[in-house]
Amino acid sequence: MGAGRPAAFAHGFVQSTPSRLRLPFSNRYFCVMAVIEVEGLWKIFGGDPERAREMAREGVSKAEVKAETGSVIAVNDATFEVREQEIFVVMGLSGSGKSTLLRCINRLIEPTFGTVEVHGEDVTAYDDEQLRDIRRTKMSMVFQNFGLFPHRSVLGNVEYGLEVAGMSKSEREDKARRTLDLVGLEGYEESRPSELSGGMQQRVGLARALVNDPEILLMDEAFSALDPLIRDEMQNELLQLQEMWDPAATILFITHDLDEALKMGDRIAIMKDGELAQVGTPTEILTSPADEYVRSFVENVNRTKVLQARTVMRDPRDEEEARLRTDSPSVHPRAPLAEILPTVLKSDEPVAVRNGQGDLKGVVSRSALMEEVTRNAGVDLEEEAVEEVVTARAS
Amino acid sequence: MDLNIGAAFEALIDWLKTNFEGFFEVAATAIGSTTEGLEDVLLLLPSWIMILLFTALAWWVASRGVALFTLLGMGILDSYQFTLFGTEIAVGMGYWELTMETLALILSSTLLSLLMGIPLGIWAAKSDTVDAIIRPVLDFMQTMPAFVYLIPAVVLFGLGTVPGVIATFIFATPPCVRLTNLGIRQVSEEAIEAAQSFGSTPTQMLFKVELPMALPTILAGINQTVLLALSMVVIAALIGSGGLGDPVVQGIQQLQIATGFEGGLAIVILAIFLDRVTQAIGERAGTTAQAA
Repeated sequence: MGAGRPAAFAHGFVQSTPSRLRLPFSNRYFCVMAVIEVEGLWKIFGGDPERAREMAREGVSKAEVKAETGSVIAVNDATFEVREQEIFVVMGLSGSGKSTLLRCINRLIEPTFGTVEVHGEDVTAYDDEQLRDIRRTKMSMVFQNFGLFPHRSVLGNVEYGLEVAGMSKSEREDKARRTLDLVGLEGYEESRPSELSGGMQQRVGLARALVNDPEILLMDEAFSALDPLIRDEMQNELLQLQEMWDPAATILFITHDLDEALKMGDRIAIMKDGELAQVGTPTEILTSPADEYVRSFVENVNRTKVLQARTVMRDPRDEEEARLRTDSPSVHPRAPLAEILPTVLKSDEPVAVRNGQGDLKGVVSRSALMEEVTRNAGVDLEEEAVEEVVTARAS
Repeated sequence: MDLNIGAAFEALIDWLKTNFEGFFEVAATAIGSTTEGLEDVLLLLPSWIMILLFTALAWWVASRGVALFTLLGMGILDSYQFTLFGTEIAVGMGYWELTMETLALILSSTLLSLLMGIPLGIWAAKSDTVDAIIRPVLDFMQTMPAFVYLIPAVVLFGLGTVPGVIATFIFATPPCVRLTNLGIRQVSEEAIEAAQSFGSTPTQMLFKVELPMALPTILAGINQTVLLALSMVVIAALIGSGGLGDPVVQGIQQLQIATGFEGGLAIVILAIFLDRVTQAIGERAGTTAQAA
C-alpha cells in the first residue's frame, strides 16, 4: 500500500476472502424511507423573529438583520430528510448553526419556525410528556465534551437514561453492563468518568446513548475533542457497530471536519451561516459542488482517499451473484478507492463489496472505478497502485 | 408629613406582632422545643463520652490532627477534679454545659437556615427574577449589624433562646442561599443537556443531576452558615439566649479579663472543631463529585 494509507485501515478493509458467505442480499444504501423530515426550520434568537425571517427571505445579510432587529439567525430555513439507517452528516465551520440545528431535532433548543417530523409525527408539536417519551425511547445524544455526570460511576452514567425511564435496578444494570462490553469498557463499571481518558469517556457517552437501543442517534461533534488517532479509532468502531446492529440506527452526525464527514457520511449536508449550502452523497459533494463555498472546501481533497468503495458500487446482476457466492476477492464498502484499486484492477470480473459480516453489498467494476478515479484530470494515483496495475497487465 | 423610616419599620413590627401573634407563638414553641431537645440530647451522656464521640467523628470525617485537637480542646472546656499527693486539683474551664447549649443553638438555627436557604437557593438558581429580588435582600441581611436583629426578635419572641435562634438564623442564612444558587448555576451546560436529552423530568434533573453536582458548593455554604451562626452566639447572649456568650458578656460588663478570655477561647475551640468537620464533609463530597 502507499505511504499515505490512512492509519484507520491499518487492519485492512480489503479482504481476500469473505468471512461469511451466502447471506441474504440486503443493501442499506437502497433504503430510502425518511426517519427524520425537517421542513423549513428556523432558529432565531432574540429580537423580532418574524421580521428577521422576512428580512432574511428578502436576502438581507445576517449582520444587517441583527443590526436592524436584534435577532441572531442561527438556522435559516433548513429543509432535509434523514433516511432510515443512514449516517447523515451535517458539516460546517463553528458558528454555522450545525449544533443548533441538531438540538432543534430533539428540542434541546426550541425551533422558532418550521417542523421536525420523526416517522411522520411532528415533534415540534409534542407536549413535555411526549417529548420525554421520545427522548427516552427513540433518540439519544452524544456530546462533544461528553457531558458525563461526574458524581456517578461509569455504570451509573450508562444507566441514567433507563433509570429516568423507570426501569428496575437489576434490569437496567444488566443492560448497562452489556452496553459497556459492546464499547469495550468492561472492567471500568465502577470507575469515575474523571479517572478515564478522553477516548474512554466518550465511549461512556456512546454507551449511555446506546443503552436504550435508540432508533436515532444524534452526535454533536462527538469525536472532535479527541486526539486524531483515538478519533480515527472511534470513527471506525462506530461504523463497525452500526454495521453489526440489527436494525442499524439512523445517525445524525455533526462535524466541522470534512475528512470525517466524507468518511462517515452516507449523505452530507454542508452548512454555512445557518443555511444548508448543499445536501448530497460524498461523491456529489466532491464532483459537483453547489457553490463557491462548497467548492473551496473540497478542492484540495484527494478523492481516491476519501471516496469509498460504496460510492462506486452497483447492484450485482443475477449471474454475478451466483459467481460471487464462491470464494472471491472482496472489498469493504468503506475502503477508500486508493486502497481497492489494486484488487479491482487485477480482477477481470467486477469485485464483490462485502461488509464485516460478509453480507454482499454490491459490486465494483473496473470501468466504474476508473471512471471515478480519472474524473478529474491530474488525479494523483497511489504510486504502488499504478505499479500493481502494470504488473497485472504484464502477467 | 414626617417620613421616618425607623418609625415605619417599628410600625411594621408592631403590626406583625398584633396580627400574627398566633403564628409567632407556634414558631416560638417549635424553635424552643427543638433547641431544648437538642440540648438535652447533647447533655444526655457524660461529658467524657461525648468528647470521645466528637473525637471519633473528627477522626472519621476529617483527620487524626483534627481528632487530636478535638480531644484536647474539648477536654479543657470540661473540668476535672482529682487529688494528687493530698492536694485537691481542679483543671479545665468548666464550660461543658454552656458549650452544649451553644452547640444546640447553632444546630437548631443552622437547621432552620438550611430548611429555608436551600429551597430558596434552588428557586433563585431556576429563576433570574427571583435571583434579582433575593440578591439585595441577602446583602441587606449580611451587612446589617447583627445587634440590630436582636431588637425586633425580642419584640416578637421575648427574651431567651428563641429570639437568639431567630436572629442567628437571619444573620447566617445568606451564604447558604448564595452558594446553593451558585452551585446549581455552575453545573455544566452539557450535563444539563445530557440529562434533558435522555428524558429527565424537572424533578429528576434536580435530584439526580443538579443537586448532586452542586453538593460540594452547597456544603461550602453550610460551612459558612455554621460559622456565622457561631459568631452570632456571643451577641445573642445579650438577649439571654445563654451559652458561651454568657461569660463573654459577663466579662465585658464586670471587666473580668479571666472570664471573658475563657469564654472567648471556648468559642474558638468550638469554631475550629465545627469548621474542620464541616469542611472535611464538603471535601469528601468534592472528591466524589469532581468536576469533569
